[in-house]
Amino acid sequence: MSMNEFYTLNVNGQSMQVQDSWVGESLLYVLRERLGLPGSKGACEQGECGSCTVLLDGQAVCSCLVMAATAVDSTIVTVEGLDAHGAELTDVQDAFVQQGAVQCGFCTPGLIVAIHHLLDENPQPSELEVKEAISGNICRCTGYGRIFAAVEQAVAVRKASHTS
Amino acid sequence: MIVAKNLEAALFALREHDDARVIQGGTDLMVEINFNHLKPTTMVSLRHIPELRTITRPDSNTISIGSGVPYSQLEIEPVASVLPALAQASRTVGSPQIRAAGSLGGNLGTCSPAGDTLPVMFALDANIHLQSADSQRTVSIHQFMTGVKRNVKRQDEIITAVDFPIIDGWQGYSKVGVRNAMVISVASACLVADHESGDVRLALGSVGPTIIRCRETEQWLKDNTSLTRNSVISPDIAREFGARASRECSPIDDHRSTAQYRRHAISILAARLLQKAYA
Repeated sequence: MSMNEFYTLNVNGQSMQVQDSWVGESLLYVLRERLGLPGSKGACEQGECGSCTVLLDGQAVCSCLVMAATAVDSTIVTVEGLDAHGAELTDVQDAFVQQGAVQCGFCTPGLIVAIHHLLDENPQPSELEVKEAISGNICRCTGYGRIFAAVEQAVAVRKASHTS
Repeated sequence: MIVAKNLEAALFALREHDDARVIQGGTDLMVEINFNHLKPTTMVSLRHIPELRTITRPDSNTISIGSGVPYSQLEIEPVASVLPALAQASRTVGSPQIRAAGSLGGNLGTCSPAGDTLPVMFALDANIHLQSADSQRTVSIHQFMTGVKRNVKRQDEIITAVDFPIIDGWQGYSKVGVRNAMVISVASACLVADHESGDVRLALGSVGPTIIRCRETEQWLKDNTSLTRNSVISPDIAREFGARASRECSPIDDHRSTAQYRRHAISILAARLLQKAYA
């Protein structure tokens, strides 16, 4: 396996060099093992679980299914790079804490990214739209009830901040 | 890794490197790589080629969709109202994350019998554009897919676009799987009712080595009805149509389902689609 790929990725607003890598490496692997960004989680490695969700050019995708070297000239945002507008947590992260939407926590980063993507595109989603938006993120602990409650809280907080 | 910025560069790279493989969204190929089933040496990325992401109307009866257009774009306008069956099929693919990355050309490149957009292409008699550095050709979908994950595309060729005829009529796609999201089809069907010709066309997925066009069932319907836009399908005709379709497919038992269940599912899907087409 030749380790001869050198390229630059734009991650969370920073230019990051990838050196001596193999062409087949996934974006998830490169983020975690080469760029020191372990927020995106690896579980199924086949796009079934959504734990590795990142934003690639503004679209939520599974980073395990993106060949990292194809992501040059793209904008990548991981859970570490979501804009909290100066606060410690983003509104969605805060809602997860407040509503107890976290149990083991493994799926949480992927859900946080997917929900940010949803609310940025559609600030007032219907219940069905929320369900469809997170249909690619599997949580085996919560039963999703508290996750839906967290989305509801985030929607309400955003709405209040826009009207105030 | 060769990240091509235009089609010409990608075709040139494929001609120069006979070990090269193309990658668009990566949603199929990366699974193979992550599980060590494939060790690529030279890759040509098509992600940044704008020519492959266009949707055009070469003439008033045709819509041409670039191979790099992701499912998430096929679910919405301007595709959804012209090709509702393609929009429906695309919406059933994987999850939002998969649909944002996976593409129409990728579905053709992988050519799985469970590929959700393939029955739509078979029912609409779509044409596939293939291009290499030295040549280009257009192949009917019926000639393109030759077996389970097999097609006539050569290593040096790129699938550039798919032409779909725009019909005056009804079209729909249905699929059976274990749940609504993240599901690879157990059985699927696309039905097109062409009101201009009076023809009904039916294509089935996941119930044979290729997508199956039910030519005998279609002929039976033509011989036993004279369908117009305002026809109503009797329950007996619908049931018989479904039963004939289920006999025309050749499903197997595998980890996803059984041949017996798949035949049953096809009989129901085909009958329901026919009734919906004339409801």
